[in-house]
Amino acid sequence: MIQVPVHLSHLDELEAEAVHIVREVAAELERPVLLFSGGKDSIVLLRLAEKAFRPGKFPFPVMHVDTGHNFPEVLEYRDRRVAELGETLLVASVQESIDNGRVVEETGPRASRNQLQTTTLLDAIEQHRFDAAIGGARRDEERARAKERIFSFRDDFGQWNPRAQRPELWNLYNGRLRRGEQVRVFPISNWTELDVWQYIARENLELPPIYFAHEREVFRRDGMLYAVSEFVERQDDEDPFTVSVRFRTVGDMSCTGAVASEARSLEDVVAEIAATRVTERGETRADDRASEAAMEDRKRVGYF
Amino acid sequence: MSVTSSELMATELLRLVTAGSVDDGKSTLIGRLLYDTKQILADQLEHIEETSQRRGDGYVNLALLTDGLRAEREQGITIDVAYRSFVTARRRFQLADAPGHVQYTRNMVTGASTADLAIILLDARKGVVEQTRRHSYIAAILGIPHVVVAVNKMDLVDFSEERYRAIEQELRETSERLELRDVRVIPMSALRGDNVVERGEGMPQSMAWYDGPTLLEHLETVEIAGDRDLAHRRFPVQWVIRPISDSHHDYRGYGGQVAGGVWAAGDDVVVLPSGRRSRVAAVESLDGPLDLAVAGMSVTIRLEDALDVSRGDMLADPMESPTVARELEATVCWMAERPLEPRTRLVVKHTTRTVRAIADELLSVVDIHTLEDQPSPERLELNDVARVRFRLAEPLAVDSYAENRATGAFILIDESTNDTVGAGMILSAMS
Repeated sequence: MIQVPVHLSHLDELEAEAVHIVREVAAELERPVLLFSGGKDSIVLLRLAEKAFRPGKFPFPVMHVDTGHNFPEVLEYRDRRVAELGETLLVASVQESIDNGRVVEETGPRASRNQLQTTTLLDAIEQHRFDAAIGGARRDEERARAKERIFSFRDDFGQWNPRAQRPELWNLYNGRLRRGEQVRVFPISNWTELDVWQYIARENLELPPIYFAHEREVFRRDGMLYAVSEFVERQDDEDPFTVSVRFRTVGDMSCTGAVASEARSLEDVVAEIAATRVTERGETRADDRASEAAMEDRKRVGYF
Repeated sequence: MSVTSSELMATELLRLVTAGSVDDGKSTLIGRLLYDTKQILADQLEHIEETSQRRGDGYVNLALLTDGLRAEREQGITIDVAYRSFVTARRRFQLADAPGHVQYTRNMVTGASTADLAIILLDARKGVVEQTRRHSYIAAILGIPHVVVAVNKMDLVDFSEERYRAIEQELRETSERLELRDVRVIPMSALRGDNVVERGEGMPQSMAWYDGPTLLEHLETVEIAGDRDLAHRRFPVQWVIRPISDSHHDYRGYGGQVAGGVWAAGDDVVVLPSGRRSRVAAVESLDGPLDLAVAGMSVTIRLEDALDVSRGDMLADPMESPTVARELEATVCWMAERPLEPRTRLVVKHTTRTVRAIADELLSVVDIHTLEDQPSPERLELNDVARVRFRLAEPLAVDSYAENRATGAFILIDESTNDTVGAGMILSAMS
């Protein structure tokens, strides 16, 4: 009798489930795309795609919806990482959507391009005729997400209808589309923020430097710290100051808050996340503070 | 509860499903589990405190933690299965919260399909009711290895041991009839927090007669590693990896998730349905060759011979291979509004293989009130559980669901709408 290590850890199980899902998308859909923002969740997705398809190439391109207001450190990381992997990067640009008159830029100190991304994403999906977009959303992020399927079907307009979701049983995913439908697939649905960080530590994945504590010029707004940048208009009472911060999520510079932190290594960050008392979206995302059902409303119109 | 990150890296994952209606206090129980295990963070708590106050609940309503969608909050109902995570020092939990009333069967079957454990909730004042038996029945047919019956609202029966023992006795009869192997009964009050995570204040006096574990203690310690099928090697081929690059010119690997057994280089293999034989050259992951792979792991397997193997084929142990079936008899849970008539054409997705099928005969349907089989129904309605015989257009390599939950399960797809319309659990197979 061979001794068998039957105790898979939770990370082993979550990884196995996610790799299975990524392979299912590739096998069942005609033209998938993997969405990559340079954020920690999509960095995990890239790793999972390596696990699923190496030594082969990814059977889909990698795409970033670039708001034009991203952190430069993240863009540098994005380009370098995809090049290292030898995969194809597509960039869908919100700036181009604005220039083409597809969307109108918000103005004022609270202007954000977050909402505009949806149009750019849908346009890019249509232009490239993608039928599936793989994303790094997690169920623990927000309560509308807790009810979303791993294969989340969208109609012609990219809209999510929470009342008409297909039952999802065992690991048997039904990837068949109706005419005009597309599907968003979330392989790390069942992961938590802590799982993501533990996995990054276990796999020793490189992250953009802004995830670790660094000195930065910030200002305070609604109890959150925002990076001083050309993309955000400060009001008179919003004086800049310099402090050690890190970012817990990475999105648009206009709506992503920093947290005061001294966590300079992966280990420090994992410890900090394990001890945190505030959710990541509550702490750092202005877009989700807008209303009680902010995420649900955005998803219904095609947001991720 | 503070847990260091290194301890957490190696915890086991337990998947559980909760069944019960709002009236039994299910949302409160889940809220209590999340709250007492310190999963609720400051901004979430602040949010439900505000909402409780606005609604005039008079206390912090933990049930609000599980409200997901706007319509649910507005109507005070639960629409869909919700998935939640929590973690303690001992385990990482993945909870599927299946609403009890509307479409209970469809929802519970969905949540139960991947569960290691089911929590079935009942109200101590009402005892074992029809719904309790239904939930137990679904746990049984879905092959959930472990069941906990949470006898809730003990505070409303004055923590009466006599009441509890009577319920326990009734449950024993149900479990025996349904052949549920591991059933644990726990008295509790989710509202007060007694016996959910902590024993609770005043517990020593009021329920001194109960000396078993709290719900969380049981969830943290129930043995699940043995539930894996390590005896019968099964590997549905999901994706063929053929780089055709200079460095990997002749590489041909089969990606998939191990559905049974322990796989290692040198193992004999039969490829089904073709019946060709080969041997495992290597079991690999991104990190390189593996000594072995067990059920649940996603890996890549290479064979010694260049066979024509593709997605949908099953690699298996030639000494104990699955049945290559043209006909199946299965327990089916029908999940569509449109009834299933005999002779309907459907699509069956089983592991990574999808074939056309005809529902040749509806053998019997379960009366949800008595749990007895009624022979030869004319059709199946939404939420019906029935025994159905299928004829397959192409063969599938299957096991019975009782033997293997991965190779014994399938979903039914309606080809005209592409909807998932049913779940199937194989009882027997004929070639």
